[in-house]
Amino acid sequence: MKSSTWILILLAILLAILPLFLVKDAEFGGADGEAEVAITEIQPDYKPWFQPLFEPPSGEIESLLFALQAALGAGALAYFFGYKHGLRKGRENLNAPD
Amino acid sequence: MLHTSGMYRRWPVLALWLTATAGLALFSARTAYAMHIMEGFLPPAWAAFWFAVAVPFWVIGFIQIRRLVKEKPESRLMLGLAGAFAFVLSALKLPSVTGSCSHPTGVGLGAILFGPFVMSILGGIVLLFQALLLAHGGLTTLGANAVSMAVVGPLAAWGVWKGLQGRLPEDGVVFLAATLADLLTYVTTSAQLALAYPDPVGGFVASFAKFGAIFAITQIPLAISEGILTVLIFRALRQTAATELKALGVQGA
Repeated sequence: MKSSTWILILLAILLAILPLFLVKDAEFGGADGEAEVAITEIQPDYKPWFQPLFEPPSGEIESLLFALQAALGAGALAYFFGYKHGLRKGRENLNAPD
Repeated sequence: MLHTSGMYRRWPVLALWLTATAGLALFSARTAYAMHIMEGFLPPAWAAFWFAVAVPFWVIGFIQIRRLVKEKPESRLMLGLAGAFAFVLSALKLPSVTGSCSHPTGVGLGAILFGPFVMSILGGIVLLFQALLLAHGGLTTLGANAVSMAVVGPLAAWGVWKGLQGRLPEDGVVFLAATLADLLTYVTTSAQLALAYPDPVGGFVASFAKFGAIFAITQIPLAISEGILTVLIFRALRQTAATELKALGVQGA
């Protein structure tokens, strides 16, 4: 891999980690609930008129489902690049004189 | 790839700018909620309006995907890739300099590869998954969230790609396209919330400034992450799937 690729990977990792150390005493909540707060600030009498059909019963289950989503996507990506890699290898082997 | 070497030398500048942004945000640290609009939180009229905006994109996208799969069956693999990329990225809730979390969208890649209409379908599928299983976003707000993440974001990425392609190093264009798509997704979310909840005194503008200021700062580092990740996967595609890129008419492969 090109060195710039490694630098990019490093940058992406740093971008994800640095905030944890830069911002002290932060909750790092997803804070969907805080949207409620801001909306009720502007419009105190608003009531949500529809509830989610299914809500993950706990934070653990929610993170399970998010992990599942990421794993499904990552699996598909890995399949794609593995498949492509194998095709190329196969072609190379076919053309190589033995 | 000689012509792109100048771009890489600019990364240190970018890193410096990032640090500056992070430092700035430290002083204005506040919590934010840079995510999709929650279930039931748009009044029915607005929910319906955003569905009306999203539906034409879905219809055209559906027709385009059907044609694509029929005429170029080999593109199914690439479609899966674009969808999978959005799936992974929108599952990654990342911490941001504001002390709260948000997630990238992953729609830039698919928009570059297939255009905004096809991506409106793929982005819509991701949103539907999250609304049904994760109580993240919502069914009533699906139209609005689709307009921000699956219509405006992809349109931005596609516009940047078409407009700057060939004028800047390709990695740079991919980076800008994906970063801008991510940012504009959340700018749109702020606008949608501000339209539905205008400030009693300052109206839409004050409300938009309030939502937008919070969103922008939280999303900036994540948008940059998304830009970087999209450049990385695009480089991998150039290496392993140059034929597919050419078949899709993505130039410069």
